[in-house]
Amino acid sequence: MSRELWFALIGALLFALALGAFLSHTHLLRRLLAFNIMGSGSFLLLVGLSQDMRGPDPVPQALVLTGIVVAVASTALALILLRRWFAATGSTTLPEDSAE
Amino acid sequence: MSERALSSALVPLVIVIPLAWAVLCLLRPRHRPTLLLWPGLALWLIASGMLWQHTASGGLALHLLGAWTEPLGMSLRTDGLASTMCLVTSLVASACGAYRLLTPLGDEPSESQRWFWPLFFMLGAALNVIWLAGDLFNMYVGLELLGLSSVGLVAISGREQALSAALRYLLAALLGSLAYLLGVALLYAAYGTLALSTLAGTISADSITYVALALITMGLCLKTALFPLHGWLPPAHGVALTPVSAMLSALVVKASFVMLLRIWIGLGVGIITPAFAQSIGVLGAGAILWGGWQALHHADLKSLVAHSTVAQIGYLFVALPLLMSGAAPGLAWDGLMLQITSHAFAKSAMFLSSGTLIVAVSSGRVESLHGVTRHMPLALFAFGLAGVSLMGLPPSGGFSAKWLLLHSALAGGEWHWVVVLLGGGLLTAGYVFRVFRASFVADADHRFDKTPLGWDVIALLLAGASILLGLASTPVLSVMRIGAPLAGLVR
Amino acid sequence: MNLGALPVWVLASSLAPALLIFLLPERTRAARTALNLSAAALKLVLVGVMTWRVAQGQVTEVRFEMFPGADFVLRADALACLFAGLSAVLWLFTTIYAIGYLEGAPNRSRFFGFFSMCVASTMGISLAGNLITFLVFYELLTLSTYPLVVHRGNAKALAAGRVYLMYTISGGAALLLGVALLYGVAGDIEFQEAGSLRAVSESSWPMLRIIFALLIGGLGVKAALVPLHGWLPRAMVAPAPVSALLHAVAVVKAGAFGIVRVVYDVYGIEFAQRLALLVPLTIAASATIVWGSLRALWQDDLKRRLAYSTVSQVSYIALGVSLFGPVGTVGALVHLLHQGIMKVTLFYCAGNYAETLGVHKVSELDGAGKRMPLTSAAFTIAAFGMIGVPPLAGFVSKWYLGVGALEADMPWVLVVLVISSVLNAAYFLPIVIRLWFREQTAEWPEERTYGRWETSGWLLIPTVSTAFFTIAAGVLASFPFSPLQWAILIARRAYLS
Repeated sequence: MSRELWFALIGALLFALALGAFLSHTHLLRRLLAFNIMGSGSFLLLVGLSQDMRGPDPVPQALVLTGIVVAVASTALALILLRRWFAATGSTTLPEDSAE
Repeated sequence: MSERALSSALVPLVIVIPLAWAVLCLLRPRHRPTLLLWPGLALWLIASGMLWQHTASGGLALHLLGAWTEPLGMSLRTDGLASTMCLVTSLVASACGAYRLLTPLGDEPSESQRWFWPLFFMLGAALNVIWLAGDLFNMYVGLELLGLSSVGLVAISGREQALSAALRYLLAALLGSLAYLLGVALLYAAYGTLALSTLAGTISADSITYVALALITMGLCLKTALFPLHGWLPPAHGVALTPVSAMLSALVVKASFVMLLRIWIGLGVGIITPAFAQSIGVLGAGAILWGGWQALHHADLKSLVAHSTVAQIGYLFVALPLLMSGAAPGLAWDGLMLQITSHAFAKSAMFLSSGTLIVAVSSGRVESLHGVTRHMPLALFAFGLAGVSLMGLPPSGGFSAKWLLLHSALAGGEWHWVVVLLGGGLLTAGYVFRVFRASFVADADHRFDKTPLGWDVIALLLAGASILLGLASTPVLSVMRIGAPLAGLVR
Repeated sequence: MNLGALPVWVLASSLAPALLIFLLPERTRAARTALNLSAAALKLVLVGVMTWRVAQGQVTEVRFEMFPGADFVLRADALACLFAGLSAVLWLFTTIYAIGYLEGAPNRSRFFGFFSMCVASTMGISLAGNLITFLVFYELLTLSTYPLVVHRGNAKALAAGRVYLMYTISGGAALLLGVALLYGVAGDIEFQEAGSLRAVSESSWPMLRIIFALLIGGLGVKAALVPLHGWLPRAMVAPAPVSALLHAVAVVKAGAFGIVRVVYDVYGIEFAQRLALLVPLTIAASATIVWGSLRALWQDDLKRRLAYSTVSQVSYIALGVSLFGPVGTVGALVHLLHQGIMKVTLFYCAGNYAETLGVHKVSELDGAGKRMPLTSAAFTIAAFGMIGVPPLAGFVSKWYLGVGALEADMPWVLVVLVISSVLNAAYFLPIVIRLWFREQTAEWPEERTYGRWETSGWLLIPTVSTAFFTIAAGVLASFPFSPLQWAILIARRAYLS
């Protein structure tokens, strides 16, 4: 197994684990962390799998770079909203989830 | 300027103009830089109109930003669908922008005033990126920009429900775009390109492609709020500021749908099996029934309209099996295009007029609309016209769309879709007339606040557009067929 | 004025006033009245010109493409003129009546706006040159009559509106499905004399039968064919001019007119006969005629009695359509006009009693003939017309229907006609007797006085005029441009052989 494929598999595993966390947790910060790990997983997969199949390639790296910027922006927005939500209600979960 | 130079300048211009105004509005410290905004909206409209005109006269264009070629460069291409959606976006956005400009600021928190305009223009730019994007990754960037600006717009009113709705929306959006990104990663690994045109030629039916398409489809369905993944939509669209709700329902949900459509008919022919297409259609039918049923029972006017969006999205998905595996894909395409455009006008008109009514009676409840026919005839008339289109009653864009879809279904003897299309119309009539019924109750025991006349005019113009689309849809449809990959669909 | 676009002008002459009236403030009574009356008069002139041109053999047509495969067609042909003429005449009188009736009532701009819109839809229905254009205006009619039905805005009106919508929207869906299926079988169907489906291959005939059932079912809701008639008696809560319009011209007639169009101009009467579609229609119409009359017997509420009478009387049109042979056709078409004139008179009278005396029930009418002689005379004339007493309008209709039944070799239909006439007499004559031959027993519930006239002139003039027409249409039936002659002209063209 090539190193790239190994990266890709780890990426897929991370994605799956984080997806499980994303869906099972109700604490918003945990869900945000899970989202970030999912993002990392898919980036690993994107770079790893394509380089495994077609050799060194600048395109996936450029794509991942863009993806990271997007993920950072999303995380920032999510954090702002989360803080506002916490300040307004003192709750760390969404009302629909906390009912459970 | 030569014809060629003009066309190559127009394509990026429809993205650059809203983007530039987003930055300008961010730099301006004032809350409502009126003098800055009107020219921005006007320029945006003009550029979109010219682009549409150019496409209508047969000008398909591929534009490479900075002359970088694919796959590293960013390619934008115009076809009938893209230019028409750019035009619809600029029209609806200008209407919503004008509505916002006519809104007295009153006691709104200064934060929401400050952030509205940058986010508004960013949303427009993101939409145009999606309509014009020629490859899967640019679509992803557009989708993320769109998600972030939409969430921001939902959140800016700062109220508790707005925050929770925005958070819920954000989580769904993030999940959706990650699923999409993962699918894109798999496709790139398998084929080494993300340009739709190149992919279409090389794609084959193997397992990695299936996994990739499944992920992409799932992500985009979540973003489009297809039943049963629609849970985030009604709170977000119901609680946002009125012009924001209008833009979200009219345009934003369509963006991810158009992406899905491009990917499915660009890549999926021969790969997407009729059974899979049918099952997506079944979800669409579920959306029509569930959304309609919910709209019948919600006490809150904006919730009613938001659930109506869930139902109307269902029609888009019901059109997919007719398009992918039906006997008359041409009819289905025309019907789908008409449904997308007329719903954009009708739903924005409906949200804007609902917002006006809510301000007038100082309550968001449907039962509070008693006596509205006498005091707010224009707003109710706009709501009514929009309702006519949503119900699919003639003459309206909604009717023509339903008629074309109905024909497409009948041509293949697919009776189950006929039942869904007709039943959906009855449900829609049920919830639209719920509002009328309340408005005709004679004894109004509350006062009516004055609302700007301009609000009514804007809503009436949008509703009028959705009606007009039904009476004269041929020119619009003929443009939307330009560059549509229909030839591959006819079996 | 460009006469080629005449159908558009006819349509615009009520659509434009509708939009203008919506914008008028509530208190501008004079401007609204002037606008209403001049629009109605203008329309009458335009329809007159149109009818004259059709009589000369000139058919004007306006068309454009709505969306691929569907044209919007307005065409002035003989049948269109028949219905448009009826609508134009009765609109003028009903407008006059409504102005008087709603004196001082709230929401008049809204009322007259939708009133004009309703007439515009009726005009569109009469002028529609193909099924899809017909459908457009048929649904528009539903939308514009709903506000009129719920006009009073009380719980009863809203409940009636709800029932009305459930019936009409479902009917509209059935019609839509039928039309869509028909387009699938035969393409864009234009209305043309003697129909256009003969060429369809025999393998599609079963489908054509299903489509016929869907179309008649969809139209039958508005035409109040039993068992689709449930909305009609409930819609009685609407103000009297609305009931008059609904029963005589707009909704019920639109359904009946649609049946006429489908049988004569889509299927063609001879082809419909070959498909064996006519006999079931005869049976449905006969059942409706008898059932409506039976139910009318037991109603004490005057307007409800008239409503059930409408259920019965409108089906004479469907009955005539279903009788194969030119005489039956003449009976159907002439009754389309005659029923309108007579029924509108009866509703005007019911409104007059309600407005002037506060009387709503048959049992309260004792002696009203002395207090309101002109209204009661009009009522008597129209009621006798409905029963079919010669030489009134109703007699002409029934005569042709009866002869038509014999010509179509269906003598049992004669029995239906006789039973119906006996029942008509059974529910109308007691009213007439109460009016003239009983003494007033109690105070009028809510009497209002109007100077030297028995009631307001706005109410009286339309009532007397349409009663006069009831006599004229019967007595002058052999004169050119009488309803009968026009119906004969159309019937000649409907039969190939």
